[in-house]
Order: sequence, then structure tokens, then C-alpha cells
Amino acid sequence: MPEIFSEGFFPKINLQEGTNWATDFVRDVIIPRLPEAVAGHFPMELGTVLVMLAFAGIFVAVVPLLPLVLVLAERKVAARFQNRTGPMRVGPWGTLQTLADGIKLIFKEDYIPPQGDKLLFLLAPYIIFACSFAVFAAIPFGDGIPIPSDFNIGIFYIMAISSVIVMGVIMAGWSSNSKWSLLGSLRSAAQIVSYEIPLGLSILTVVMLVESLGMRDIVNSQSGGIFTWLIFRTPFTFIAFFIFFISSIAEVNRTPFDLPEAESEIVAGFHTEYSGMRFALFFIAEYANMFAVSAIGVTLFLGGWQGVLPGYDFLGGFPGFVIKTLGLVFMMMWLRWTLPRLRVDQLMNLCWKYFIPISFFNILGTGIWGLIFEKDDVWSIGISCAIIYVGLIGAYTVAGRNLVRKPEPQPS
Amino acid sequence: METTQQTESKIIELKPFTDEMVVNMGPQHPSTHGVLRLELRLDGEVVREAIPHIGYLHRCFEKHSENLSYPQIIPFTDRMDYVAAMNQNWGFCLAVEKLMAADESKDFAIPERAEYLRVLICELNRIASHLLSFGTYGMDIGAFTPFLYAFRDRERLLLLFEKICGARLTYNYIRIGGVSEIIPMEPGSIDEQNYLDEIESFLDYFEPKIDEYNDLLTSNSIFSERTMGVAVMSAEMALSYGATGPNIRGSGVDWDLRRDEPYSIYDRFDFDVPVAKDIPELGAVVGDCWSRYKVRMDEMKESVRIVRQILAEGLPDGPVMADLKAVRPPKGEIYFRSEAPRGELGFYIVSDGTPKPVRLKGRSPCFSALSALQELSRGLMVADIIAIIGSIDIVMGEVDR
Repeated sequence: MPEIFSEGFFPKINLQEGTNWATDFVRDVIIPRLPEAVAGHFPMELGTVLVMLAFAGIFVAVVPLLPLVLVLAERKVAARFQNRTGPMRVGPWGTLQTLADGIKLIFKEDYIPPQGDKLLFLLAPYIIFACSFAVFAAIPFGDGIPIPSDFNIGIFYIMAISSVIVMGVIMAGWSSNSKWSLLGSLRSAAQIVSYEIPLGLSILTVVMLVESLGMRDIVNSQSGGIFTWLIFRTPFTFIAFFIFFISSIAEVNRTPFDLPEAESEIVAGFHTEYSGMRFALFFIAEYANMFAVSAIGVTLFLGGWQGVLPGYDFLGGFPGFVIKTLGLVFMMMWLRWTLPRLRVDQLMNLCWKYFIPISFFNILGTGIWGLIFEKDDVWSIGISCAIIYVGLIGAYTVAGRNLVRKPEPQPS
Repeated sequence: METTQQTESKIIELKPFTDEMVVNMGPQHPSTHGVLRLELRLDGEVVREAIPHIGYLHRCFEKHSENLSYPQIIPFTDRMDYVAAMNQNWGFCLAVEKLMAADESKDFAIPERAEYLRVLICELNRIASHLLSFGTYGMDIGAFTPFLYAFRDRERLLLLFEKICGARLTYNYIRIGGVSEIIPMEPGSIDEQNYLDEIESFLDYFEPKIDEYNDLLTSNSIFSERTMGVAVMSAEMALSYGATGPNIRGSGVDWDLRRDEPYSIYDRFDFDVPVAKDIPELGAVVGDCWSRYKVRMDEMKESVRIVRQILAEGLPDGPVMADLKAVRPPKGEIYFRSEAPRGELGFYIVSDGTPKPVRLKGRSPCFSALSALQELSRGLMVADIIAIIGSIDIVMGEVDR
């Protein structure tokens, strides 16, 4: 039994017990390099805090570069889907386009609606921006790469932080004093709150199998190659992965679930009234979020930084992790540029009538699976993969024939 | 006494109430297809009432025409339905020609070659118009990519129009008595052959693309969820509102002027009129948004068929312009209607024998179809309003004139 369940209702968060890399860093790297006279009196606590701040600085400087790349990638991917070339003017192959756009946005007027709630209006983009970046603090990028906040309830922390984003969205919609913004923010609130339930329930199946909420524990439990990744561990986690992925698309408000910012219906949704850098913050946060949910999906279901073959983790598994995450990000872009948008009631139907019951079924199934197979071995994984395979073939032949809607050709 | 009042006031404060929200959708809105303004009375996401306000693109076409000679009016008809300008030219020219034919002292006939060119170009223009409708409808529903696919194909059509009349959007190509000769194309010349070959290669490219678009959008589950069974316009309702063209055929009324009241040389071609049917296994109901959209997709195929028949026959020899000394219709009045891509385009002209009309009235198919919006949209959601506007395929230039 992990420690978290033994401490009563509130889980015990341990930042100190051996996992604190900042203390280790001060003790092992800094102090041996100091002159002896100073080393004995070096304040460990202050040093730890300073090291943490330094790493946080690096983190804050590096992570915002991600959206810069992703925005360009999205535009290029979209262009390929649509027989275009995408941005080509700024820099070689348009690679500096997002930078140019960012500079343009910085110099734009920062308009605040005079009838709106000024404080909330100013605050909202920062809340969304901060929350979507705070999620990165608990993501394990690779073996040996320190997780900025490596505590034993990592996935719980991520769920909690990403739930705060909806507060920013509602604040933005309300304070703009625009009817389109209000409609968009209310849509967003309903959507994010609804889809968090199947998202959390899918994560729960993983937590049940790993018996830990820590991100590093989850990754370490998938160290035996591709077939020990949690997606293949049981048939239920396989279903849970797809529910997780679709719900996370809804979480980050992308097509087919981009109702909060549906341009053809409610103009730009909750950020209609925003301009300049504040608009850019929403934009950056959206792409950061997209990367973050993909990274969480990879960590939970696709082995994190573990390689396809057991023990093979090149450069601490970091390149593999990024490739897998970008694969999911590409899937999101693919869906965005292919699919139309759902209506509000259909969106809610999908969540409440399909995803949540299936998620509960998943949890039940995972529990029973855990009772049958005491630990993961060749047998349990083999049976799981066989069931997944048969299920996929069955879904393809039976459901595919009925679900794919082909209108009959009009007689001519 | 005081305490009771306080508790009462507290209860009143806690009592939740909802109110209608009035939202102005447009005239500046991404998907009102121009400058339509809708006054939406919303209860949350549900539309209690959607009142269309028009007139933002009113250019006094009818009054202006009274001060222009007949050939000078043709460029103005271009600006009515700027997406299918050839058909607007044609509709007007047909009306004037009919009026002139009433004068038996002047004998003139439209040359065969001009008739063939008119049908050829107008059917291609119909394809271009329906392509734009398909693309923008996809975008209204939220799929961006079909829009660019549609524009890619429409671009090839616009290049074809540019080659024959020099313009890409407002053509002024079809004139009273024939077609414009601004870019000469000798009968049987290599130019003509090249042009027809180019059209043929476009058709060969385009025909499979229609199926591709049906796969991409028409049969998409989300798209059908959004459009099937939404805003059902019954045949009676469509007739009573005067909806025409694909809108009325989408409601199951088998009516196409090209077949039922053949004008020009449409009786020589073999084509079908697609009419919507109930498709229970998919969920499509006659008269819903999907049916109206699907009729347009099928009509493109029929237009391809007509153009292919012209290409097989080849253009006849002869002039492209009737020998008209002057356009001076006799005293009288005429109403003539033709089948434009958006429905019945009618022109009512009163002439007093001078080169200028006394009164000219355009009957716009979009205007009639738009009037049904208020009844169609009651009780639906905001997203459905967009689906309706896209499915009745309005062009505000024609609604306002």
C-alpha cells in the first residue's frame, strides 16, 4: 500500500524524502566545489531555494519556446493538408513567422473594454498562462532530468492545476462585458468541467494499476518495452487511453470540441475582446496546454520516456518522449483540420452518455483484471494484447460497417 | 416584523431567474455570408427568435436601372449574385430578348454558337457557385479544410472564365443578343479547341473530386449529426415562402425551370434534377439542412453532365452575336424567370419603347429563402442558425440588390 492512503483523508505530500533533487544538487555538486572555509557554513536551506529558483528561471525561459515551435508546426501541417505552403516569408521556410507575429502583438494597443471589469480582465490571461505552464512542473521529461516539483501526487497536482484554467476562462468571458465572450466562457466552463470527469476516471485506471500517483512511479512501471506500456497492460487501459485523448482534446478546446472559441458561431469566444500581448498569452497557453496534455498522455499510457525496447532509453529517453508527445500533438492537429465542430448538446451527450459510463466500466474492469492477474507477467500482457487485437478487428468489421455513414448515391 | 421582512427579502434574493439575451449577430460576423444582421433573442444557447435585418448592401439597383440603357444594366446584374454572375447576366438578357421578340417588325434570333457558349459557361458558373457554397458550409460547421479545397477547384474555373471574358468575378460576358466577343475565339480554330480541351481536363479532374468531398464532408458523422434533421422545411412551407432552386428541391419538390419550362437550348440536353429523399438509415429527413446541401452536391454532377454533352457535340459555327442595330424593346412589359444556382431569378421589365426601362424589378431567390429563416430557426440553438444560413446559401448582394 503506498503511503498516500495511510495518512487519513489528506494525502501526505513528501517533498523532502530523498526525492528533493535541489538538496542533492547543493550537497553533491556545489559544496564540494566551494573553498573549505565557506563549505562548512554554507546554508543548505538558502542554497536549496536558490538552486530551485535558478532552475525555475531556466524552465520559464525554455518552455515558452514550445508554443513558438508548435504554432509554426500547426500552420505548416494545416498548409500541407490544404495544398498550401504556409508561411514562407519570414526567415528560411517561414520559420521565424511566429516570432514576427509575437513582436507585432507586443506592439499592438492593449485595449481594455471601458464597460468591463478591469481587474478581472487584466488578470484572466495570466491565470490561464500560469496554470498551463505550471502543469509542466510535474512532467517527467526523461531519466535523470529533474522534475521541478517531483512529489508523490504528481498526476493529482496536474489535474488540480489544469482545473484552475476554467476560472481564467470564465473571468475573461465575464469581464469583457461582451455577449459573445460570455456565451463562449459559459460554453467553456460547461465543457471543461464535464470532460474533466472522464479524464480523471481514465487516469484512475492507470493509478489503480501502478498503485501510485507519482509521475516517476508511473513511468518506471512501464520499463519493460512497448508491451508493458500501460496502454497494452489491460484492455481497459486501451479504451481509457482513447477516452483520455478525446477528453483532453475537449479540455484544450480544439476542433471538434472548439465550441468556446467557435469562430463561425460566437466570433472568438471568451477572448473576443482581447488584443495585443494579452491575446498572445491565450494563444501561447493554448499551445502549451496542447503539448502538456499530450505529454501527460504519453507519460500515463505510452511509456513516458521508456523506449520501445526494454532498457533502451537514448539520452535518458528524452528524445523518445518528445517524439511520442509530438506524435499525439500531430494527431490533434490532424483532427482539427479534418473534422467539423459538434454542437453544444451533442458535446454534452458524448461526455455524459458515453464517456462517463464507459469510464466507470473501465474502472470496474481494471479492478477485476487486477484481482485475476496478481502481477503483470507474460500471460496477463499476452491475453490483454490478444483481447485488444480481437476487439479492434471486431470493431473494424462490425461497427465500422454501420458507423461510417455513406450516403447512397442519388439515382441519376 | 422587521425580521420577517428580512427573511422574505433574503428568499427573494436567492430566487434564481433567467432572462432573454438579445444578441446582434452581424452585420460584421464571420458566418453571416456578407452583411446580414440577425437579431437573436437567446435563452442561453437556445434561440427564441431570430429576426433577419437586411439592407446593408442595398445599392438601388432597380432605381439605378431606370436611368441606364439596357446593355448598361448588365454589369449591374453582375453585382447581384456575384458568386454566379454569368447566370445573372443571362437571366437579364433572356428577359430583354423575350421582350424584344414581341416586336415582330424586327426579326432576330440568338445564334446557335452563342446559345451553346451561354449554356457551357453558365453551367460551369453553377459548379463554381455550388463549390463556394459547399466550402463555406463546411467552414460554418467548423471544418476549415473543405473551404480551401473548394477554392482550389473554383480557381481553375475562374481561370477558364478569365480566358473567355477577361474577368474573374463580374464577367459582363452574356450580352443582349449573344455573348461578348471581347476575346475573339474563331469557330474551329486552335484557340477554341484548346479552350474546350481545358474544360474537358477540368471535368476529368473535378468529377472524382465530388466523390472525394462527399467522403470528406457529406458522409462525415459529425457533419451529419449537425445537419441531418435540423431545421426541416416542409414542401408546403417552402412553397409558401417562395423558396426556389436547391432549397425547394431539398424540400422534396421536383421543380427545375431548366427542365419544366425549358428556355434557351436546355431541352436538347439530357440531365436529371436531384431531389431530396428521406434516408432513414442515415437520419436524413426531406427538407433538413443536409438535404439542401446534398442537392447542391448532386447538381454539380448534373452540370458536369451537361457540359460534357456540349463538349461531345462541339460548338457550332457561326457568329456569337445577333445582328441587333439597337436595343430598343417595344412598348410592353415582361416577367421572365430562369434557373440561377440559387433558384428562380426573375426580371420584371416595363418598357415604353425607349432604350431605357421604365421600371425594372429583380426577383431574388435568396431574398425569398431568407424570409423562411425566422420560422426555421425558432427553438434551435445558436450553432443551428449558422447551419441554416449556410444551407439556404444566401448571397447578400442578391438579397439587398
